[in-house]
Amino acid sequence: MHELSIAMSIVDMAQEEAQQRGVHITAVHLSLGLLSGVVKDALLSSYDMACDGTPLAGSRLVINEVPVEVYCPSCRAPRTLSSVQWFCCPDCGTATSEVIHGKELEVTALEVEA
Amino acid sequence: MSTEPRLLEVRKNVLKQNDMVARALRQRFRDAGTFVVSLVSSPGAGKTTFLEKTLTLLRPNHNVAALVGDLATDNDAARLARSQAPVKQITTGTLCHLEAAMVQNALEGWPTGKLDFLFIENVGNLVCPSSYDLGEDLRLVLMSTTEGEDKPLKYPTIFNSSDVAVITKIDLADAVEFDEATARANIQAVRPGMDVLKISAKSGAGMEEWLRFLAARQLRQGTTA
Repeated sequence: MHELSIAMSIVDMAQEEAQQRGVHITAVHLSLGLLSGVVKDALLSSYDMACDGTPLAGSRLVINEVPVEVYCPSCRAPRTLSSVQWFCCPDCGTATSEVIHGKELEVTALEVEA
Repeated sequence: MSTEPRLLEVRKNVLKQNDMVARALRQRFRDAGTFVVSLVSSPGAGKTTFLEKTLTLLRPNHNVAALVGDLATDNDAARLARSQAPVKQITTGTLCHLEAAMVQNALEGWPTGKLDFLFIENVGNLVCPSSYDLGEDLRLVLMSTTEGEDKPLKYPTIFNSSDVAVITKIDLADAVEFDEATARANIQAVRPGMDVLKISAKSGAGMEEWLRFLAARQLRQGTTA
């Protein structure tokens, strides 16, 4: 369970941004890839704990889950996997491990009040 | 009356700090000509025995050392020290994985001399270590025959983030009715094209092939660096 330390990094990062811009953050938007190794529910519950006692207390974490997109060498195109247990092109069945998206763990936006 | 919230776009990798330290470590290892291998597995899959054997076999002809992450004890470090190679324990406390900065700190002031190989044994955990780059050249994921064939399907992320799968305790395969074909199919399902080795650190089976594989990877690294 490393979600709490991830949540604390997110809060630190957002707080730094808020200070620089002189704003109050009401929500943090996060892109979370299905191959990031971070569990959404665990991160959500850790987030409130990490916010406690900081200027971000009461803010929300909005998680946008990113599916796994691979490059299919046969179709020569990106394809979205339907399952992380099956790294095959959903169209032609070619096996591929060339991941384009799905490892994201990225703060993408902040909802703020001036 | 509340003000309308505004949306500010930012783009920040949450693990940026770790990734930066890992990149610096990788460069430092490359400059020093050290090939770095990390090991991940569930607790009890046989990382320490495998590593002890590996260090013992490499030591006569190579400069080798190992860092070993453990939550609370130094039992693993003590076992690895029997190989006569320099071994250092990283006690993680309650932390379930190693991070690049812990590797960096552990290397500080550690008089290992010039190393050909550095091994980093992660904490026994198939979830958390997958997110953290440690600056390694090769990440091995170990699964033992006694754990069953479906570990790759249960933990696709760690298998996907690793370079090589090592099936351990093959001396016990028959006793536990391990289905190797299924295990291999499961590995290929989550990481097509992944190299798979099978070994028994106890009997020594497969160890020679592993060392050949390691030497080939080190050589390849040397020619591309």
